[in-house]
Amino acid sequence: MTMVPHALPPVPDVGGPAQPLLKVDGLTKHFPVRGTGFFAPKLVARAVDGVSFSIAKGETLGVVGESGCGKSTTARLLMRLIEPDAGEMVFDGELVGEELGIRDLRRRMQMVFQDSYASLNPRLIIADSLAFAPTVHGIPHAEAMAAAAELLEQVGLDPKAVLGRYPHQLSGGQRQRINIARALALRPRLVILDEAVSALDKSVEAQVLNLLVDLKRRFDLTYVFISHDLNVVHYIADRAMVMYLGKVVEIGPVDRIYADPRHPYTRALFAARLSSDPERRSVAAALEGDPPNPINPPSGCRFRTRCPLAGEICAAHEPVVTDLGEGHSVACHLADPASGHSEASRHG
Amino acid sequence: MADTPLLSVSGLSVAFDTPRGTAKAVNGIDFGLDRGEILCLLGESGSGKSVTLRALMRLLPERRSKIGGRVTIEGEDLYALPERRVEDLRGKTVSMVFQDPMLAFDPVYTIGRQIAETILRHEAVSRAEADRRALELLEKVQIPSARRRLDAYPHEMSGGMRQRAMIALALACNPSILLADEPTTALDATVQMQVLLLLRRLQAETGMAVIMVTHDIGVAAETADRVAVMYAGRIVEQGTAAQVLKTPRHPYSVGLFASTVHAGLKHQRLDAIPGAPPDLTALPAGCAFAPRCPRREAACEVAPPPVTATADGRSVVCVSAAALARS
Amino acid sequence: MDTSAVTRIPPNQIEATRSPGYWESVARRVLADRVTLVCLTILATIALAAIFADVLAPADPLKTSMAKRLRAIGTPGFPLGTDELGRDILSRLLHGGRMSLLMGSWPVANALVIGGILGVTAGFFGGRLNMAIMRVVDVFYAFPSVLLAVAISGALGSGMKNAIVALTIVFVPPLVRIAETVTTQVRGLDFVEAARASGAGSATIIRVHLLPNVLGPIVVYASGLFSVSIILASGLSFLGLGVEPPQAEWGLMLNTLRQAIYVQPWVAILPGVMIFVTSICCNLASDGLRAAMEIKG
Repeated sequence: MTMVPHALPPVPDVGGPAQPLLKVDGLTKHFPVRGTGFFAPKLVARAVDGVSFSIAKGETLGVVGESGCGKSTTARLLMRLIEPDAGEMVFDGELVGEELGIRDLRRRMQMVFQDSYASLNPRLIIADSLAFAPTVHGIPHAEAMAAAAELLEQVGLDPKAVLGRYPHQLSGGQRQRINIARALALRPRLVILDEAVSALDKSVEAQVLNLLVDLKRRFDLTYVFISHDLNVVHYIADRAMVMYLGKVVEIGPVDRIYADPRHPYTRALFAARLSSDPERRSVAAALEGDPPNPINPPSGCRFRTRCPLAGEICAAHEPVVTDLGEGHSVACHLADPASGHSEASRHG
Repeated sequence: MADTPLLSVSGLSVAFDTPRGTAKAVNGIDFGLDRGEILCLLGESGSGKSVTLRALMRLLPERRSKIGGRVTIEGEDLYALPERRVEDLRGKTVSMVFQDPMLAFDPVYTIGRQIAETILRHEAVSRAEADRRALELLEKVQIPSARRRLDAYPHEMSGGMRQRAMIALALACNPSILLADEPTTALDATVQMQVLLLLRRLQAETGMAVIMVTHDIGVAAETADRVAVMYAGRIVEQGTAAQVLKTPRHPYSVGLFASTVHAGLKHQRLDAIPGAPPDLTALPAGCAFAPRCPRREAACEVAPPPVTATADGRSVVCVSAAALARS
Repeated sequence: MDTSAVTRIPPNQIEATRSPGYWESVARRVLADRVTLVCLTILATIALAAIFADVLAPADPLKTSMAKRLRAIGTPGFPLGTDELGRDILSRLLHGGRMSLLMGSWPVANALVIGGILGVTAGFFGGRLNMAIMRVVDVFYAFPSVLLAVAISGALGSGMKNAIVALTIVFVPPLVRIAETVTTQVRGLDFVEAARASGAGSATIIRVHLLPNVLGPIVVYASGLFSVSIILASGLSFLGLGVEPPQAEWGLMLNTLRQAIYVQPWVAILPGVMIFVTSICCNLASDGLRAAMEIKG
């Protein structure tokens, strides 16, 4: 019996372990929004507004925030599914769009979406869905089909029971495993998981999280894990990034951020976590009102309209990013002694 | 009146005809609800929790569904009442809030008008009085600048505001039972907390009873007096919130809580329940959880286990209930 | 990685475990739907009769006979009677059916290709291209379709070819619109995004992911236009803008037999009955197909 070679070889590392796998600088996307009425002025939704961060090789970056914070838009910008208005991305030392083409980027970076059903073509059997990406990259169809079976085993499914099936014949958990397998078919180095476990039942979510941890080790992956569930991010991420209205408000090692959140929004988000002990219930809401709309966001600090500690300076100036050491940084006037916020010294 | 339970459900079963066969969504459940009590039906998708809730309001399509058992509300047999009486009951004695407020509101009328119409439908009051009560209700659910919001259309409000407005609509006629189907699932974390606190406060103020359907253990912990855990159309465990959530006994509850990610699990492997929930069109003859259960015995596959009630007022549906109570 | 432990499934085994496909289940549902089945059978019979008109027709459809004008149904030698020029109605209905069905299907088929391509293009690429295509299409919507067909036919002159061109122009806009709507919907789904994320080009995505999901609804919509086309074509012929005499065509026959309505009413309405039966069967079959396609997978 001849050994079938791996459909696609993994992409080799370029810059060594110290070089970040992905460095994002000033990523920006503004969507034009049609106003109501014929003569209404053109509006702009500042979905992602100058987002910068970097991801080290082999780490998991958790991205948290509420609806409208721009976390999903950021994911699509990273994949270049939408074109950024500004900002640059460097993947393992190569500038995306110049030194590294978009097609090659997509070979190195893959994405898993929240909706497991909408993510699969309803007219294709699973084998065809899994073989699609490798064939696009020049792997012969028969080989891609054979590799599909192997991928399914990697994600804990029985190929014989799944390959010939259509998506609607499978459960949500099975479909999400298939979506993960499809993402891995190109042997990427970075996988973006956009609320990938959020729609699953708790018992299935745990299975998939275990799987993600295993796959990361087995395939030497780096994850961007986007979720609204703080507990899940705490569990799986090494570093966490908190977003609010298109801006990064706080980023740092997950243990530090969870132990000592510095941005008032991060604190509020943590305070809004539900108790799991009926004898120790929450007594007060940390924040009033809904998250505002990214169309016409507040001046200065975008969180100031809901912030319990907002001062005059917060409306006038946008806070600068303050480095708190050990990779922990926050964009809040309170953390910046030079900001002029009346309470800066006490909180900083 | 005080002796009759507010709501009692016995042997309720619901089956739907589907192209693939009969789906047994609810399979003989019993529970009661006292005045002023918050009961949480906790379960995953397909556990039958939402179907149960709809059955309590006779909202299921009667031609497509087979409903068995008894539901009594304030002593009246719900499924023996004529349709007209049921309509009077809905909104007045029992009302409901949904996950998606857009389902509860008609998009072409203002919020204030819809609340006032509901009051006029059930009570002999003047238009002006109904409008005044609508304003009062919006204030009660803490909608800022309530007077202005009366004239707002549903689509003009944010998600959190709409959810509050729907609660106001549900409370329009001071119902004695509020049914809430995943009322905070679609909301952002900070807004979810606001709405849960609001529901808790309103319940304490009005003394109404609430049945809350949720898949989120946190929602149950924040609100429930009693918790009933559902799996494959059965209640597998029932007791006070503290009993069930802090010391679960049924292997499914134990597995569900263990697989729920919380702080302190970092770098550990999660204790996931293996497998997937059963197909409702082909439920096993015995305990529906048996194929996934770590404590499975031969008896589990023969017949559904009996309900075992213990002295502390909780009940567990498992053949090893006695052993579980001791451990 | 160690690959020896991994089971490999040869492609032929994947085929063996393949679940019944979408079109297979649609076919099964159509076969279970009695109304649709009856309509399809009637349509097939009419189509076959029209195709084999040369063999089936008892007489020459163009042969006139002044002596045998306007005979009743059941006259020996003329089972369905004769028309005002003594031509055999049965033969003319068979040959006319060929013409009518052609006039029904050609414009729709043309419009399906042109409208489908334009609509899918507009829907898939969006932006300015979409804007340009859809605004041009909107212009055609300003006119009622009958008026538009008559106007274009009138401008091009009578004749079958011109009638087909006119009807094609009438049917392109609705097909562009339906194709654009369905494509926009499907394009927004995650699996199309996932395909883009895999590095596939637009052509591949359209072929593998888009067309299989949008063709069904577009074709069903077009099948509903078939009956409209037959009626419009008949209308054009009736007005003298379509098929020219002495050619047999149902609409034209209805026009010329109009004068005989008091002499031989049963004979005179026969072409109308054919138009009615064909179009109603088309509509019902199209509805049945639509219903059968409303399933997952």
